[in-house]
Amino acid sequence: MKALIQKLVESIGPSGYESTVRDLIKSEIGSSANNFEVDALGNLIVRIGEKSAEGLRVMLAAHMDEIGVIATHIDDNGFIRFTTVGGVSPRTCYGGRVVFVNGARGVIGGDRPDSPTAMHTIEQLFIDVGATSRENCPVKVGDFAAFDRPFLDLGDRLVAKSMDDRIAVAVLVETIRQLKGKQIPHELVFVFSTQEEVGLRGATTAAFGVDPDLGLSVDVTGVGDTPKSATMEVSLGKGPTVKVRDGRMLADPRIVRWMADTAEKAGLPYQMEVLEAGSTDAAAIQLARAGVPAGCMSIPCRYIHSPSEMVDYNDVQNGVRLLVELLSKPIELK
Amino acid sequence: MSVKTKTPQAPVLDADSINLLERLSNAVAVSGDEGEVRAIVLEQVKPMADEVKVDALGNVLVTRKAKADGAPRVMLAAHMDEIGFMLVDEEEGGLYRFATVGGIDVRQLVGKPVWVGKQHTPGIIGARPIHLTTREERGRSIPLDQLRIDLGPGGKAKVGDRAAFATSFRQIGPSLVGKALDDRLGMATLIELLKHAPENVDLHLAFTVQEEVGLRGARVAGYTFNPDVAIAVDSTPAADLPMWDGSENGKYNCRLGAGPAVYVADGATLSDPRLIRLLAQTGDELGIPYQFRQPGGGGTDAGAIHKTRAGVPSISVSVPGRYAHSAVLISRMEDWQNTVNLLYHSLTRLNRDLLAQPR
Repeated sequence: MKALIQKLVESIGPSGYESTVRDLIKSEIGSSANNFEVDALGNLIVRIGEKSAEGLRVMLAAHMDEIGVIATHIDDNGFIRFTTVGGVSPRTCYGGRVVFVNGARGVIGGDRPDSPTAMHTIEQLFIDVGATSRENCPVKVGDFAAFDRPFLDLGDRLVAKSMDDRIAVAVLVETIRQLKGKQIPHELVFVFSTQEEVGLRGATTAAFGVDPDLGLSVDVTGVGDTPKSATMEVSLGKGPTVKVRDGRMLADPRIVRWMADTAEKAGLPYQMEVLEAGSTDAAAIQLARAGVPAGCMSIPCRYIHSPSEMVDYNDVQNGVRLLVELLSKPIELK
Repeated sequence: MSVKTKTPQAPVLDADSINLLERLSNAVAVSGDEGEVRAIVLEQVKPMADEVKVDALGNVLVTRKAKADGAPRVMLAAHMDEIGFMLVDEEEGGLYRFATVGGIDVRQLVGKPVWVGKQHTPGIIGARPIHLTTREERGRSIPLDQLRIDLGPGGKAKVGDRAAFATSFRQIGPSLVGKALDDRLGMATLIELLKHAPENVDLHLAFTVQEEVGLRGARVAGYTFNPDVAIAVDSTPAADLPMWDGSENGKYNCRLGAGPAVYVADGATLSDPRLIRLLAQTGDELGIPYQFRQPGGGGTDAGAIHKTRAGVPSISVSVPGRYAHSAVLISRMEDWQNTVNLLYHSLTRLNRDLLAQPR
């Protein structure tokens, strides 16, 4: 799976501009599915199987988009001021590199700080693409960019920008591959969603269109296993998580039990996740139409929303195994 | 094979257009109480529309069919409501405590005349004058709970009445000056486009309520129309004044006189890239001035519409205006005309091929 992960994380898809990632996902799924659809907001919807008498229509969601920046002003000397797309902290910007959707690359510099310890605000940062004037700057107001950082393979630990949420995209693509040829009682609707980082927008409309009986998102979650980290009962390498709650969702308790029981029976490691802030596509699915039982499986991740997000490869593989177990049998919510 | 017909002409704004804008600007329609403006809209659109209805929240929904079947269904939205005030408590002597409705900078309120209620009863937002305040007091802005609307003894108003800034519309040289041009300019634009409706699209016009308090009307209007494409037509601030220290102004949002402001991203919507291309190419090829609004916060009706049902490709286009959300807004006639031009010609070029391209 590492090759797939590398391709996914080295593609760029800031919110609203996910088409490169979408094309890559399509080609990676290839003949493992044959029902592809792209909806009005750019979500890629892949359907597998038919709903049998004992089956459900299950929506699975992983978002294609990543955080990034948008050019707001090109100054007289060709420096680009920018605003953020999604949760970008100025702490992770200075000295970083970005790549624009149009291919232009640049580095992030900043105004001279007021004091040696002061942190730049986003307004005090700029992108230097090597231009010397507004006229020769290859970027115009409104152009989108993503952070630029190569994939790093540390063995069990994998590092990249946009592990949030390409690692979950990889998990779903691999799940589709492994489900090929299996008898599945469900209609499985894999949604590779757009605009999650700006407010779960793609999943909101996709869930309306799909109208599922059950919804499950796959995303990353924070951890409490680094020095002086916030207290959180999730660690890298101890398995994918079963989300109980996050900032915008209380997972359906029946889904929490179904996920945990399935992992126990299959002998797969898992962790219970209580996330205090942030949310996932499942929060949007849960509130679609007349309501949908929803839950989430997360891959634990360090340094989320930095250009170096770290996950554990075993968690990723166990995430695939758990999803295959969950989806290949009839689901009884109780 | 297509038959070459005469080049479509965008509506030319004339004295009638300005008169209508003046009536719309002078009418009072604070969020939730849009009846006065709605009456003008209904009177204007009824002779030209195939269908007109007022929905449960008070939106005016207008349909004008294309000449051919299977045409793209395009929703244009402009909001009827404006920012203002609501009386919340009556005190003695015709003084009323009030709340703000929508985004209002309380620092701007002292000394402003207002119109209260359906009768436009004149009132004044007052405060203690300079003679009786200390230097320290004058260094602070006066909080809302210390301000009152003064209607005078026997002033006819009741708790719950709305009030708006008492600013009469004027045309001054190249400028349009008035209150609530956010978004009466958008409404007037929609009416012009209905008068000269492009024949290749089904036009679904939504004159929406409660935009200023959270895009509430547009949300249900979008659900009803369920369109193929949506364009919100609004007004956006031009913060294009020179910097006091002579440095380059890098946060102007948009500029007066530089044409309609096309949205790439705001706080509520990431515009559909296909629609950005359509508008930019239309402007470039026909020489219609336009500008990209600086990406940032804020939101228009598109923020609600694009998330309705299974999703709607959406974008916003605004007429630039200085001093937005104050007692007076200044826009340029040429920007308004160019907004009409850009929208009209973009609509005539809109077809299903555009939507068949992946986003």
